[in-house]
Amino acid sequence: MKLTERFKEGKFVITCEVGPPKGIEVEKLIDELEPLRSKIDAFNVTDLQSSVLRAGSMATCRLLKDKDYEPIMQLTCRDRNRLGLQSDVLSAAVLGIENLLCLTGDHPQLGDHPDAMPVFDLDSVQLLSAVKGLMNGKDMAGNDLEGAPPQFAIGATVNPGADPLEPQIIKMEKKIAAGAEFFQTQAVYEVDKFANFCEKVKHLKVPVMAGIVLLKSPGMAKFMNANVAGVHVPDAIIDELAGAGKEGRVEKSIEISARLIKELKGSCRGIHIMALGWERHVPAILEMAGL
Amino acid sequence: MLFTKDKPLEEILESLGAESNIFLLACNGCAEVCETGGEKGLSTMKAAMEKAGKKVTGTDSVDFLCNKVLVATRLNREMDKIEQADSILVLTCGIGVQVVSKVVNKVVHPSANTISVGGLQGLWASDERCEACGDCALDYTGGICPITFCAKSLLNGACGGTHDGKCEVDSEKDCGWQLIYERLEKIGRLENLKKFHKARDHSKMFPSKDLRETSFYDIEK
Repeated sequence: MKLTERFKEGKFVITCEVGPPKGIEVEKLIDELEPLRSKIDAFNVTDLQSSVLRAGSMATCRLLKDKDYEPIMQLTCRDRNRLGLQSDVLSAAVLGIENLLCLTGDHPQLGDHPDAMPVFDLDSVQLLSAVKGLMNGKDMAGNDLEGAPPQFAIGATVNPGADPLEPQIIKMEKKIAAGAEFFQTQAVYEVDKFANFCEKVKHLKVPVMAGIVLLKSPGMAKFMNANVAGVHVPDAIIDELAGAGKEGRVEKSIEISARLIKELKGSCRGIHIMALGWERHVPAILEMAGL
Repeated sequence: MLFTKDKPLEEILESLGAESNIFLLACNGCAEVCETGGEKGLSTMKAAMEKAGKKVTGTDSVDFLCNKVLVATRLNREMDKIEQADSILVLTCGIGVQVVSKVVNKVVHPSANTISVGGLQGLWASDERCEACGDCALDYTGGICPITFCAKSLLNGACGGTHDGKCEVDSEKDCGWQLIYERLEKIGRLENLKKFHKARDHSKMFPSKDLRETSFYDIEK
């Protein structure tokens, strides 16, 4: 089912990110999702996240479908030119995948193959436009597709914590004009800043899902503050996590995420959880958040 | 030699938009040889601008627009005419356009696409780099090249990796799109960010067969 249908139903949509393994044991990853089955509307499957070689998003998405999970295939511009990207979009439709998330993608220098050629033949806006074109039966060269065109719900990303925010919002508007139907955001820890962002994009009338990244340690929070664009974990949260000690850390992290979700719920249409290996704790977070 | 080719006049006029007072600045180096710049380029462009209803506030030519010091010194003499203009139409390569943008606080528009950077320019360019993409976008980006300044050569704005104005691949390197944003804000052209740039035509990077066979492109032909 397309994610856009869930929004139309008026549901508060919950998605969760899963990263394919560096290897071929995807089944194991999928088995571990069982406790989340009834709680999560769809699973984002990353496309070589952080430019680290892993199994592919498309195959994992299909295996998720086979087990009756709803996948969202993430598609980045890093590794394929417009021929490869368009072909993969068609292939995704062939495999019954109905949701796509189009991103620029990290630079290869950030990953485990820093000597790789960065492709970026298209950027995220151009990719969205290409997908929309295929949905209308035309490829980027203007050629007609044979038979029924693919149909997807197309998503994109936005960073509500970007500074300056103005060019971020302009790019978001371009993404919508190009075909984006829903947005998932970078991690949010500052509720006021997020509410301010939501106020500024109210006119866009496109569902925005707030990103929740589980904080595994105070060190991770500090690392994100220093290295992740537009993400700021306030000192109060870091202190709270540090105060819980090693033993109480998981409990505290669950509590912090649940509290954030409760506080953000009023200003967004859904949440997108990036658990980074802590998927098993997601049910507890959702329960505590009253979802 | 740097090889440049005039942009179609419609494209130049689209980029000039409502600006009616234009200063024309040509290069007497490589662009003079290609006839995109030099006296010939200037007189052709002046006539075309006037025919299109634009007022040309002044014209000037500099031997090497890629020489920042020379350009800055020379343009000082023309500053009053430049001040009267809404923008400067620069008849040269991508490097020259970037130089002009850096030394004058005015909107710049390239009149040509740069096809090849083969051979020697007038002088070594410093920060200004041109990949000879053949489809110059400097007019929309405040004279800062998104192809060479952005690690991913993105055309529609910064990626999610820009952090404190720096690039995700190197925290010492400025994010090209941050620089573009700051420049556009300074010259009052933030609306340029709204333009959707369609995917690049990579075939424009390659010189046409006709061009390859001329001594403009290859002196030994």
